[in-house]
Amino acid sequence: MNLLEKLDAAAAARKALLPNGVGAFGIPIEEIFSATEARIGDRRVLLMGTNNYLGLTFAPECIRAAHEAIDKEGTGTTGSRMANGSYFGHRALEREFADFYQCSSSIVFTTGYQANLGTISGLVGPGDTVLIDGDSHASIFDGCILSGANIIRFKHNDMADMEKRLRRLGDNIETTLIIAEGIYSMLGDQAPLADIVQLKNKYGGILLLDEAHSLGVLGKSGQGLVETTGLLNEVDFITGTFSKSLCSIGGFCVSNHPQLEQLRYVSHPYIFTASPSPATIASTRAALELLRKGSHLRDKLWSNCRQLYAQLKEVGYQLGPDPGPVIAAVVATPQQALLLWQQLLEHNIYVNLILPPAAPEGKSLVRCSVNAAHTTEEIRYVGDTFAKLYGAINTQT
Amino acid sequence: MTESNYDEIMKLLCDRLSDLTNADVLITPETNLISQLSIDSIKLLNLIMEVEDAFDISIPINVLTDVQTVRELADLVHKIKITSS
Repeated sequence: MNLLEKLDAAAAARKALLPNGVGAFGIPIEEIFSATEARIGDRRVLLMGTNNYLGLTFAPECIRAAHEAIDKEGTGTTGSRMANGSYFGHRALEREFADFYQCSSSIVFTTGYQANLGTISGLVGPGDTVLIDGDSHASIFDGCILSGANIIRFKHNDMADMEKRLRRLGDNIETTLIIAEGIYSMLGDQAPLADIVQLKNKYGGILLLDEAHSLGVLGKSGQGLVETTGLLNEVDFITGTFSKSLCSIGGFCVSNHPQLEQLRYVSHPYIFTASPSPATIASTRAALELLRKGSHLRDKLWSNCRQLYAQLKEVGYQLGPDPGPVIAAVVATPQQALLLWQQLLEHNIYVNLILPPAAPEGKSLVRCSVNAAHTTEEIRYVGDTFAKLYGAINTQT
Repeated sequence: MTESNYDEIMKLLCDRLSDLTNADVLITPETNLISQLSIDSIKLLNLIMEVEDAFDISIPINVLTDVQTVRELADLVHKIKITSS
């Protein structure tokens, strides 16, 4: 089979799963009206599958800041951070992230994906080890591959399994990076950070926590899992993204280790790419300010999360262990998941469809992402629609 | 490590692969994991964790890129077991 035939085979497998040209992946959004509504085809839909957790995509402060930056600094930097792409705004945003996390160092990356890719591949290399959760995001996994380090997985959130693997590392623990996530993107569950820190302190290693889905969502000031657990000072490196609660694109890493600064000279995903545009940086800075004083947004978000989680649970859907902004219904087969996804769209609700092997343990997921801008009535409508479809989905084989 | 240990590794791999895939496929040392068993990446990674536990070793998943057949996987596990003993 040649290279192109391999792609044809993959396309055929996809078509077999998604017959009749159903476009569940990469569905075109024709118009976007607000943080919660858009047009898909000729339908005005409720957006329940975005990562816009605080609902800030149309925040006037962010839009104004982006407009002003374009007017003053142009549309792009046309260069990398290493060369001509470090404007005042990039450096200011780094200072603001360092201040937010009370850390001495901070680096801004062009995407959240690159934040993990660049941080991990900058910290470890061939001969070192990364110990990662089995449900790690692709950006973590790809960062580990890029680094050339030895990759060991532990069972998702299973601390006995993690300890077993830490023990086996022996002296290699000295050059081991442990990686976990504040909130996992598939089922919305949180890492048992206190237990992870305890094991790190017992065996050794350096700990990196990815707060991509938990930034702005967890903690009084929105720092993430480090804040709700009070373990900020126990985590060596924190990464995150601008593309969820901060509603733009980009990523960051913060740390109290001064060695973080060295990544600017060794990390290819930081060096060999253009820096974020001035508008992106400006809107992110404005959003970070809103996030820091956004406890009312978090209150609303969590009220919505609890409402939808309780409603789906009561109906009988299998969900992740705890309520959170990511609420995924685990469905028995890809066909059932596709049917549920299609039926929801016919009821003008857009959610995410996740099929094996993207979902953990061969599961199929129909995933909702709740945000602070959803009204109580909208959440109720989504819950009622899921309830209405429950019987139909479960009689479909 | 003795020959019987190698046989033990091979038996474990064949048994588990048989559970994970179509029961009609006869699994031999030369069976190709991808083209013949169509084992997806997640199943393979979970199998590796089981093998790690069975032999109390660490198998870095990045070294699996060179593994295509059941025999190559058994050789890799055997080599790691020997160096970690």
